[in-house]
Amino acid sequence: MFQHDRLSNEITLFQKIKNLDYILLISVILLSVLSVFVMYSTDGGEILFHTKNHFVKLAVFFPLMIFIAFFNIKFWHNFSYLIYFIVILLLIYVSIFGIKSSGSQRWMDLYLFVLQPSELMKVAIIMCLAKYYHRLKIENVNSFTSITIVLSIIIIPIIFVISQPDLGTSILIALSGLIILWLGGVKIKYFIYSFITFLISLPFIISFLKPYQKLRILTFLDPDRDPLGAGYQIIQSKIAIGSGGLDGKGFLKGTQSYLDFLPEKHTDFIFTLFSEEFGFIGSVGLLILYSIIIFRILRIGSISRSNFARLFCFGYAFAIFIYIVVNLSMVLGLLPIVGSPLPIMSYGGSSMLATMIGFGIVLSAKINHKQMIA
Amino acid sequence: MIKSNSGIRKTDVINRRMFIIGAAKIIVFVGIVARLFSLQINENKKYLTLSDKNRIREWKLPPTRGNIVDYFGNVIAGNLKVYQLHIIPEQVENFNYLLVRLKNLLNLSDKRIARINKLKAELKPWESIIVSENLSWSQFVKINNYLYDLVGVKPVMTISRNYPYNDVYTHVLGYVSQPNEQEILENEIIQERFVPGMKIGKLGLEKRLENHLIGTNAIQRYEVNAYGKRINQLEHQKGEQGSKIRLTVDTEIQKACGKLLNQKAGSISVMDIYTGDIIAMYSSPSYNPNLFLFGISNDEWQLIRNNPLKPLINKTLSGLYSPGSTIKPIVALSALENNVVDTKFKVKCTGKMELYEQTFHCWKEEGHGWVSLKNAMKQSCDTYFYEVARLLGVDRLNKTAEKFGLGKKVLGEYFDNEKKGLFPNTVWKKNNLGKGWVLGETLITGIGQGYTQTTPLQLCMMTAQIANGGYAIKPKIIVDSNPISYEDAKQSMERGLLFDSESEELIDKKLFKDKKNIKIVQEAMFASTNERFGTSYKSRIDDPKYQFAGKTGTAQVKRISKRERELDLELEQIPYKDRDHALYVAYGPYINPRYALSIIVEHGGSGSKAAAPIAKKLFKLIIDRHDLRNKQSNFERITV
Repeated sequence: MFQHDRLSNEITLFQKIKNLDYILLISVILLSVLSVFVMYSTDGGEILFHTKNHFVKLAVFFPLMIFIAFFNIKFWHNFSYLIYFIVILLLIYVSIFGIKSSGSQRWMDLYLFVLQPSELMKVAIIMCLAKYYHRLKIENVNSFTSITIVLSIIIIPIIFVISQPDLGTSILIALSGLIILWLGGVKIKYFIYSFITFLISLPFIISFLKPYQKLRILTFLDPDRDPLGAGYQIIQSKIAIGSGGLDGKGFLKGTQSYLDFLPEKHTDFIFTLFSEEFGFIGSVGLLILYSIIIFRILRIGSISRSNFARLFCFGYAFAIFIYIVVNLSMVLGLLPIVGSPLPIMSYGGSSMLATMIGFGIVLSAKINHKQMIA
Repeated sequence: MIKSNSGIRKTDVINRRMFIIGAAKIIVFVGIVARLFSLQINENKKYLTLSDKNRIREWKLPPTRGNIVDYFGNVIAGNLKVYQLHIIPEQVENFNYLLVRLKNLLNLSDKRIARINKLKAELKPWESIIVSENLSWSQFVKINNYLYDLVGVKPVMTISRNYPYNDVYTHVLGYVSQPNEQEILENEIIQERFVPGMKIGKLGLEKRLENHLIGTNAIQRYEVNAYGKRINQLEHQKGEQGSKIRLTVDTEIQKACGKLLNQKAGSISVMDIYTGDIIAMYSSPSYNPNLFLFGISNDEWQLIRNNPLKPLINKTLSGLYSPGSTIKPIVALSALENNVVDTKFKVKCTGKMELYEQTFHCWKEEGHGWVSLKNAMKQSCDTYFYEVARLLGVDRLNKTAEKFGLGKKVLGEYFDNEKKGLFPNTVWKKNNLGKGWVLGETLITGIGQGYTQTTPLQLCMMTAQIANGGYAIKPKIIVDSNPISYEDAKQSMERGLLFDSESEELIDKKLFKDKKNIKIVQEAMFASTNERFGTSYKSRIDDPKYQFAGKTGTAQVKRISKRERELDLELEQIPYKDRDHALYVAYGPYINPRYALSIIVEHGGSGSKAAAPIAKKLFKLIIDRHDLRNKQSNFERITV
């Protein structure tokens, strides 16, 4: 049982560096560099507020990712519950003392930057559930107790996040949690029953939605309903992407963004600008880059000896995938507009911090892939 | 072992489930790529168009109006560069300070300042506010000198209508000004080309020829941002200036008319007796059309509006006057044509004529004695014409008068303010007044009083048609595509036919039955001006080159009471409003006549004293300019 501990504990710093996953690292660096250039374009081809801040955050969080990677995966396993509870506490703190902005209360002021704990929860919930399933006996996976516990782990943060209100992040947290349930072996029929129940109760859920959320759904169904109002974002976004064509309008030449037709181009709609300037080729290239990242994370998961690392990597790979799919579907007009950033590309410190922490743990799993966890 | 077994089993479950979800991931990514493909490749054109529609905005600039030139090519309605002052609010650092500075520099009124503040609140910050539409050069220089202190101020040069001869042509050309909503809606071309700041014709030829003069918009394409702010200019498409229009008028003569009628209310018309070209058409007093370009101030407007001499009325076309004795050539001609009188026919004038217990006075109290047609015309004997009219009857007289253009519009569609006047007959009275014709009315119609109403231009045309030997002409003020030369017109007329450029056929234009009768009337008019005792003898010119024939007229504006007749007041003793209108119609030179004119001086007193002397001064100029005009006839063929 302890025979493997010796191996993992004695990894030197040199070996750690050697064991880093360079394909993943290079992909993340490429994505980061690309994101700075795109941010530079959103600033109208000048190094302004967004470009500077984005660069500074990358400069801080990238080393942080390496730093996290150098901790043993066992360490992260041991602190998973604690981290989850700390983030829950932060969510509680935010719901009481948080900064309000445009009708929602999601942020806390850390003097250096403003933190959005719900973004951290996207990673924390994966850690927490990965640890739970790592420790859970396979026989007990479908027991009533365990199901109740994992659902509580998912629902507690969601209650705080949805009351901020932040539907987009809630959905992403829920999906991140549910994927661990899936991977952990919860019976497929439970998922199917839940899905059916969800569909049946959908009208009921909709009646609980806030008017602006209902409007978003209506707008999604018919963007031309109110082209200058609610439908404006999605129409302009489609125009930008569509007008990009095969090879795009060229770097810094995206008229839709340059002339301010694009809403929220720094954050949720960053892909729109990218796609307008770099076209179909660039967009597919970006998707390939993301696919490489996802694939590397899956690969790291599959070589990991511990189920904690495996669950975390698979879960995190799926989470990244979901972030991308939700964001792209939204800007492409395939889903209603919910606030969801594109990992690394979108402007926003908390999202980037959470993503980098996630990559850090994945890299830690890679360095310590032979590590067994009891 | 059990533990590790369960560990391995768990790993299997995780791996299996991962592969299921992995397959789903690939499908979803393929779906997203397909969506990208459909937007960016399949529908690229549609979205490119939409994107251009977003970012490109067209700005129409006001079109440049076509010039109007006189017969000699002098621009009488042109375009001028004007200097304007614009403020771009978003560039201004301190708006109130700027307004105070501008107020001092340009002497802006408080009202104007309030208006600028109002505009500022209404417009977007990058839309310019026009502070002053027309800066003088000195103001423009002043602003440029202080420009360093006036942040956000833009001196702008633009094009504006300009009437270089000020009030000389106002009643012919009209003026331009900002269109009102109805004017925009009524005219499709204006509607299509309208841009704020554009001016359209409000009156006269400017209005009538709007569609020719208007020109096309220059178009500037700008790239704009989502808020409509211009980012940069992409393209400039030049507009076409409106058509140039050449008039038949002679500025020198028109100006002289203005001078001759200075401080008087009245009208002068001069016409080519063969081509019908209007050489001059002046209504006095006039006003300066340039005042209307940038919005006339209320003070100036009130001054024009309240002027007792009524400058706003185009007296040449819409002034209706009793022709007085100037009708006598037509009465004489009608009587000759209908064989009512001949040259030997004489009437004894005793100063008055009694008819059914009513007394009809001759202007000469002591009477003219026995007068023939020639003498009656010469001395303008009323009694003779009472008698001739009585013998002729109003209906036969009406026929001749209408043949010569009375009771009909002269220029037809060109001026909406032209009036057609009236020459009465028995049917007209029955239909319009519901009463039978009274013989006394025939008598006063015979001396141009009563119901008869004529415009000065009608009298001019009537005279021209007598002067050219009794042929119909079609007066015109615009040189048409195929201008007939003076000689051609004269020759075809002498053959009794006239080439009508509109219907392109030769038409019988004879207005007489016997050419001799015209000759008799012409001789009588000659006598009236050039023989002793003629009413306008004092205004004659003996030099045959300038010698002209004419007929005076004095139109009563109110019935003269018996008391007033006995008083025999001097002109100055009668209130202005009650004074007679002075009229004079003439043509010349007597040998080979070329031009006819009519002069009316409102409340000027007698025709021989107030109107005929004007003709004397004018004729010299008209004849002197004839050769110049002849040379000019093929100057330029500008079409409408």
